[in-house]
Amino acid sequence: MTREQDPTVGQTETLVVEAREAQRHRKVGQLERVGDHLKREWQLYVMLIPTILWLLVFLYKPMYGLQIAFKDYSIFRGVAGSPWIGLEHFQTLFGNDQFIRALKNTIIISFYGLIFGFPMPIILALMFNEILVQTFKKTAQTIVYLPHFVSSVIIAGIVITAFSPSAGIVNTFLGWFGMESIYFLTKPEWFRPIFVGTGIWQEAGFQSIVYLAAIAGVSPTLYESAVVDGASRWQMMWKITVPSILPTIIIMLIIRIGNMLEVSFEMIILLYQPATYSTADVVNTFIYRQGIQGGQYDLAAAAGLFNAVVAFVLVMTANTISKRYSRTSLW
Amino acid sequence: MTNMNLYSRGDKLFVIINMVLIALFTLSTLYPFIYIASLSMSTGFEARAGNVILTPVGFTLEAYKQVLSEPLFWTSYMNTFIYTIFGTLMSLAFIIPGAYALSRSQLYGRRFWNLMVAFTMWFNAGLIPFFLNMRDLGLLDSYFGIIIGFAVNGFNIILLRNFFEGIPQSFEEAARMDGANEFQVLWKVYMPLSKPAIATVALFCIVSRWNGFFWAMVLLQDEDKIPLQVYLRKVIADLSDDEEFANTLLTSAYSFETVSAAIIVCSIIPILLIYPFLQKYFSKGILLGGVKE
Repeated sequence: MTREQDPTVGQTETLVVEAREAQRHRKVGQLERVGDHLKREWQLYVMLIPTILWLLVFLYKPMYGLQIAFKDYSIFRGVAGSPWIGLEHFQTLFGNDQFIRALKNTIIISFYGLIFGFPMPIILALMFNEILVQTFKKTAQTIVYLPHFVSSVIIAGIVITAFSPSAGIVNTFLGWFGMESIYFLTKPEWFRPIFVGTGIWQEAGFQSIVYLAAIAGVSPTLYESAVVDGASRWQMMWKITVPSILPTIIIMLIIRIGNMLEVSFEMIILLYQPATYSTADVVNTFIYRQGIQGGQYDLAAAAGLFNAVVAFVLVMTANTISKRYSRTSLW
Repeated sequence: MTNMNLYSRGDKLFVIINMVLIALFTLSTLYPFIYIASLSMSTGFEARAGNVILTPVGFTLEAYKQVLSEPLFWTSYMNTFIYTIFGTLMSLAFIIPGAYALSRSQLYGRRFWNLMVAFTMWFNAGLIPFFLNMRDLGLLDSYFGIIIGFAVNGFNIILLRNFFEGIPQSFEEAARMDGANEFQVLWKVYMPLSKPAIATVALFCIVSRWNGFFWAMVLLQDEDKIPLQVYLRKVIADLSDDEEFANTLLTSAYSFETVSAAIIVCSIIPILLIYPFLQKYFSKGILLGGVKE
């Protein structure tokens, strides 16, 4: 997405356009030859090179290393020296029940996250917008943003403690209603609700910021004329606010769908255990166990490549669809 | 919308219900933290019996004594400070000049360089190739590996680049007249004007460093180098996986639950201390870079 298409920018936009226009004019008089250009602007390249080098060494070189997904990788032969074996790892993966299960779990957990997690920040933003007492609003926002900044280890620690069978508060509550204590984190059927619920609890408040900003950008005159027409707040919310922030909602939905396979596996690693693998194990945790813990680098890299390619296709597809139907896209 | 008058009964009802719901959501966010804090200050027996609901029961700081007397707790705390401070400085040293260069229209191949940054946000090689690359570079089990290996991040570069692009060129003209070079323009014009954006990036780096867990767990074997989060995870995992061991920890004064809660409180405090700054800057940051590219 370029800056020009983004609805949340606004005021600085004209300044930027003017500045660019001015630069373009200056450019006409600039010497075309690269040598002269470098002589004049070498300092910019000195500034740029460290970042580019870093990207090459730490992010692009691993992309080259991805070829081990098609190789019989051995540590001693290295990435380039290991023999090619074609699609064998992919065949193994798709014949592997654990991988299929991980794939299924990834999709199911993402889907729950999307259905329950995506609307929450939008609803929260709309609700915050309707609060008229500023101090109350500020305090509430300060509190709901907080969990975003807390590490997943701490969040997991809180979940483990709160859901613990002996002392956990959740089981204490159940006890009040005469229910038996449940060891939640060992029960496969409880893993997904706990995981998805924790994610919403942690992130919904913070994610509402983007929508609140979009709401802040809605022209006040729209509301003023609606007031003249005798609209209620409820009507204004649905007829003005929601349609106005729809482009932002679509962009966020695209990003969300594009990241669908990126289930926050860090949290899963912290919360799951062999008893709950059947519902909790996702592609990335599978990769972690097979690859980093089990040493089957090539097979795990193949699973990772599959994951990354599907994710990439998802973003591209979502973007194309959005471009066609709403004229809102990421590029 | 805040200045608008409420003129119907329906509106008033709507506003009140809305406030109650927000209040409930806010309390449900706050409650787990209060619960953990109270747990950490309760006696082991009360905690184990599930008697702690809102406030500490049988107030004691015994759990904290246990946590603070563990040398590994202090080592890992120290390490987290090292990773956070040097990691953030390293990030800024890469990101500020890089973002500035990318924001200049006279840069040759600007579209290509920008695409190269943005592409890393859409496609990454994944855990295994990254891990093998770190190993091949000899950066396993090293402070430097953790500090350099996560220094640059596309999102932060784009955030800062967008901010630099939004600064009108007229600001730098005086400096240019005085014959300032690019470094001087960046240092004397752009950086002072971009304090909020730089603060935002710095805070993002600080938070992600402070909270970073997965790669520290994977890349560091040596106990003396692990950060606080990895230590915390070890303690909680060791204790919760092994009921018997957890029971040995149960005395009248403290239990597995109160000790975990105490470590959680200790590791959350620094984040709470910088939280006012976070609040001030992060929403701006999200808007500057959040949904772009």
